Formats: sequence, structure tokens, C-alpha cells
Amino acid sequence: MASFLSFGFRKKTLLVGLEGTISPFPTMNVHEYQAAQLFRDAGVQNQNGAVALDAGEVDDALASLADAQIVVKAQIHAGGRGKGTFKDGFQGGVHLTDTKEEAKEIAGKMLGNVLVTKQTGEEGREVGAVYFTEAADIEKEYYLAIVMDRGTSQPAIIASTEGGVDIETVAEESPEKILKAFIDPALGIRPYQARQIAFGLGFRGDLFKQAVKLIGNLYKLFWEKDCSQVEINPLVTTPEGNLMALDAKVNFDSNALYRLPDIVAMRDEKEEDPKEVEASKYDLNYIALDGNVACMVNGAGLAMATMDIIKHFGGSPANFLDVGGSASEEQVEAAFQIIVSDPSVKAILVNIFGGIMKCDVIAKGIVSAAAKLNLNVPLVVRLEGTNVEEGKRILDASDLALESADSLAEAAEKIVQLAATQS
Amino acid sequence: MSVLVDKNTRLVVQGITGSAGSFHTTQCIEYGTNVVAGVTPGKGGQSFQDSVPIYDTVKEAVEEQGADVAAIYVPPPFAADSIMEAIDAGVDLVIAITEGIPVRDMSEVKAKLADSNCRLIGPNCPGIITPDQCKIGIMPGYIHKPGKVGIVSRSGTLTYEAVYQVTNAGHGQSTCIGIGGDPINGTNHLDCIKLFNEDPDTEAIIMIGEIGGTAEEEAAAYVKEHVDKPVAAFIAGMTAPPGRRMGHAGAIVSGGKGTAAAKVEAMQEAGIAVAETPSHIAEALFRVWSP
Repeated sequence: MASFLSFGFRKKTLLVGLEGTISPFPTMNVHEYQAAQLFRDAGVQNQNGAVALDAGEVDDALASLADAQIVVKAQIHAGGRGKGTFKDGFQGGVHLTDTKEEAKEIAGKMLGNVLVTKQTGEEGREVGAVYFTEAADIEKEYYLAIVMDRGTSQPAIIASTEGGVDIETVAEESPEKILKAFIDPALGIRPYQARQIAFGLGFRGDLFKQAVKLIGNLYKLFWEKDCSQVEINPLVTTPEGNLMALDAKVNFDSNALYRLPDIVAMRDEKEEDPKEVEASKYDLNYIALDGNVACMVNGAGLAMATMDIIKHFGGSPANFLDVGGSASEEQVEAAFQIIVSDPSVKAILVNIFGGIMKCDVIAKGIVSAAAKLNLNVPLVVRLEGTNVEEGKRILDASDLALESADSLAEAAEKIVQLAATQS
Repeated sequence: MSVLVDKNTRLVVQGITGSAGSFHTTQCIEYGTNVVAGVTPGKGGQSFQDSVPIYDTVKEAVEEQGADVAAIYVPPPFAADSIMEAIDAGVDLVIAITEGIPVRDMSEVKAKLADSNCRLIGPNCPGIITPDQCKIGIMPGYIHKPGKVGIVSRSGTLTYEAVYQVTNAGHGQSTCIGIGGDPINGTNHLDCIKLFNEDPDTEAIIMIGEIGGTAEEEAAAYVKEHVDKPVAAFIAGMTAPPGRRMGHAGAIVSGGKGTAAAKVEAMQEAGIAVAETPSHIAEALFRVWSP
């Protein structure tokens, strides 16, 4: 579609799916320690914690915490940390320690080390921060989240007495244990809605008061920071009678980042695929995949459909790449650069249906990129739409070894055959 | 005949002096769209290309030029406000082309829409076209041809693909509606299917969907119960890995819902001809429609 302003933060995410009530949005993620600080700032009570970004910060971080059991957590944007393994064989990205000395030792093993979990893939992620929290005694665990609901176009509060477990399983097996409240965006959360959830979770007396306050503050955070999801799992009560968010997951709407400078400052590019970071600089929408047929397409829907048709003819797409509705020569060049930086790419398919985007502009971009990059993999180009004849003429006149195709099906069939001959 | 827009449509363009707004408005005027006014706050009294009067507010454009449809080319930080201004000014239809409007803003827009008689198409969409009568948006006009096929789609360029196939096969379109790829939008597939079903001059319908959400499934259920016109469909994202966002915010598979397979199954069950590849959309339609 028309790209008006380049904010460059189109990010991917994986969200909880809960019977049509929780839905996916393009989001930016932050680390757990950053989310915990946002909770504290918003008045959502949690355990004391401190972060160390390198070994030199470990002593100060630990000194700010009570002399008690300390939980040490490796900070990466991926789940499954507790059961993860570091590349040097050290086990577990989350440890409960009895002393600060022990905590320091564990932190030293994590920082700068690469943690592999079931969500990181084989390459794992380098740990650039370690988060220490005072361990909390837990009496009971609950679940609390606020998400933007696609069905009603309203924020929805989701709560359950079944905390600390997979909420999707709860929703599936015992839906009666899921409490929901929908918030009218024009009115904001009303006190009765927070009371309904707090009573529904079985809170009475002082805990009830804490819960109402926490729910109200959590909603305020959700709304003011343009969150697409805030999730606390588990929310816990302690033997001392306190309510606490023991975990914090927060995602922000990428489209709103222009008005969230404090959140943008939390972005950790190390957590992102370098090719995707590079693409976002040029306002290209790129996602790396594991096949060997690269594609460059204008429009997200057509880009997905192009991947589909590559697969249909027996190939496997190396990426998703949408150059947008009005790409410039420079963007086309950048797109090629990113594509060929992936060593598994054996062939490239360009599929452009030029409406607003003119085929001759694309053709020029292809020719100049190919010349600069010394392309050595087969290239199939399918151009259609505005100025298509001129575009084809430019391609033919160049001395590029490329094949052109008149339909998407023909292009896909060709590229899959060519990729097969390359390996 | 057609749905939503035709040669009688009186369009006001919000953001007419911006780069996207002025470029596409020029194209729409060349196509024949009746652009009666533009709105850019602070530029009231000027005119666009010496022919279209510019106003400071949509209200003035409606009062003085009788505008009944608004197109939005306003940048994302101000787009939701512009949509609300159009709703308040009393237009019947708002076409929001702008990509990248914050979801929170759209949730407020939806609350306002619910209290009005206005319909919103988009945001993040190519717009709407009734061939040879009215083009509002960024689609290339020349690939379209007047005819009997109604097309509704979440995606821009993929719609062009379908339109072009129909045109190349010697047929045309009644109206093509791009509803946009965002998770919160004004009009969904089901709304458009109902419009096409009631339109006497739409004989057949093409529906183009994407993974994510359940709008296609809901439309399929309606088709099964209420639609006798032939329907063909294509779902993009068959091979998209779960959990990765593919450009359109709505296009993601989450929690087993909204998968391409689930959508295809629902459609086939409703008697909809599902195209196997994006190159065979028109072909799928001709399996169920003999014009």
C-alpha cells in the first residue's frame, strides 16, 4: 500500500492464540528486565530486580537486592530459557541461587555466552544482559493479560485462576476458568470491570484491593504505551499477603513507535536477524526463511502468494520480501544486496505487478543491482503492469543472464527448475 | 451497476496536497472520478490543479460541494483523526488508504463508527473501483474493465493479479474492493459478499484472502447459506511459517486459527472454487461460472 512515513520497525512476533480473542499484530519486543521496569513505573507490583549488561555491573546490581535467594535469568527474546543449553555446555538460562556469590558466578557463565533454546534455532542467541530478581515465596499462581481483540476491536482483559501453566491449554480444556472483560476504548476501563475480574479470581480483603489497583494500572500501561499485549504468567500471591507480577511479557504495536521514544530506546537489534534489520533501514519488509529460492515482490499478499506458488512447483522459498508499492531504484538494489547475502540462495525470482510502481523503474534497479553485485545465480523476472514494455526492453538490452516470464506460474516453474540445477 | 461507488459519487480527498494524496488524486481525476473537493487544514481557499477547491475541514467540503465519500491519504499519526472528522461530517463512505495506523487509534475509530451510519473501507488498502465510473485509491485503472465480477480482497497487488486475469479472459468487474490487510478494519469479506450478493449486476464473486483471522471462514459460512452466485477464492500464505508476520498485520497464523488450510476447507465446503495458485484465480472462477 502507500507508504507514507518510514518508521522502519516492522517486526514479527509469536503471540498466544486464544479462541479468536487474542490476535496477532506487528509488534516490537523488549527484554524481561525492561518489561519489569515498565511494570514498576506503572505501579504494577513485582519483585525487586536489577540488571547487569556486562560483568562489571554484576556487583552493583546484586548489591541493590536483599540478601536472599536470587534468581538469575539470561536475557534473550526467546522462550524456553530455563531448559536451554549454552554453547559451551552450561545448562539452563534460568537459575535459582542461594547466595549472591553463587549468583555472580552463574551470571559470569551466562554473559557473552550463546544460549540455545527450542525457540532460538541451532545458532542460539548471545546473552548481552543478565537479570537478577529476589526469589519470591508463592502461595498461589494466577494468569492475567490484556490484549487487543481483533473480533471486537477492543482491548480485552483475560484472567484465570490457573496461572503458571499454558493458558491456551486452559482455554481449550476448561474454558469456564477463563475470565474476560472487554474495554470500550472510548471510555477506558471502568472500576466495576476491575472489580469483576478481582472478585472472579477469588480475591477478598486487602488482596482484592491490591488486585483492583494492579488491573487498573496494567490497563493504563497497556493503553498509554500502545501495547498489543501485556501478559503476566504467573501473577502470584505470597505468604506475606502480597500480589505480585512474577513474570512480564510486553509487546508494542510497531505502528505506534513514532510516539513511543522511550520504548524505541529499548530496541535490541542483536535480537533480530541482521538481514531483517538491514531491510528495515530501507523500509523493505524482509523475513528470512530456510529454502533456496529467493523472491522479491511488490505487495505483501502477492509476496505470500509467490512463496506459495514456488512451493506448489516443488521449490522452497528462501525469504519473504515485499518491496512495497512504490519502491525506488535504491530500494530494489538494497533488496538484491540483502537477498544475495544469504549463502543458501540458489536462484532469484522477481515478481512485480506494477500499478503505481512502474516496471521500467524496477528494470533499471535490477540492471544496476546485478551489475554492482556480480550476480552469479539464475534470475527469473516477471514484470506486469504499468510501462511493462519499456521494462522488458531495458532488461533485454542489458547483458544480464536472466530469463523473463509472462505469467507468475511460468516464472515460478522456471525458477524452481533452475534452482534444482544449481545444487 | 456496482456497489458503493459509481459515476454519481462525489469524492472529497483528505490530504490532497501531500505527495501520495496529490499523485493519486491526479490519477483518479484522469480516470474519471468525480473529485469535488480536497481537504488540507490551513490550505482552505486554494485549489488543486486549478480545478478542485480545497477546504480546511471536511464539514465545509460536505456542505459546499455535497461530498458523500471521503478518501484518506493522511500520514498515519493523523489518519485516525481524519477518519473521525469524515464520519462526523456525515459522509456515507470513507476509504482509508493510509498504511501504518496504530491499532489503538483504529479501536477508537471503530467505536465511533459503531455510533454512525458511515462505512469505512481499509485502512491499509488499495481502495475501491467501479470500472469506467469511479476509481478511489491507488490501483492501476487500466487493468480493469466494466463487467459482472465482484472482487473483494485483503491484498493490493494480488487483487491486480486477479483483476488482470479476469480482464485478459475477456470479462470485466462490477466493483473491486480492497478491504486492507490490517487486523482491525472497517469492512470485512462478509460485508462485501453481502453487497455483491444483493447487487443485480454482479453475477460472480472472487474473494481473495490471507492467513490470519477468521473473516474468510465467516464469509464462507455465509456463502454456503445465502449466496447462489458462483464464488471463487484464493488464500495467500499456504506456505507461511506460523508466527511470522508477512507484511500485513493480519496475515499471521496463531493458535491454529486462521490457517490457510482451515480457510480452504471452509470454502470448499461452501461450494467455493478455490484456486490452487495465484495464477489460476480466473480459471477457478470459470469452473463454477459460465458467463
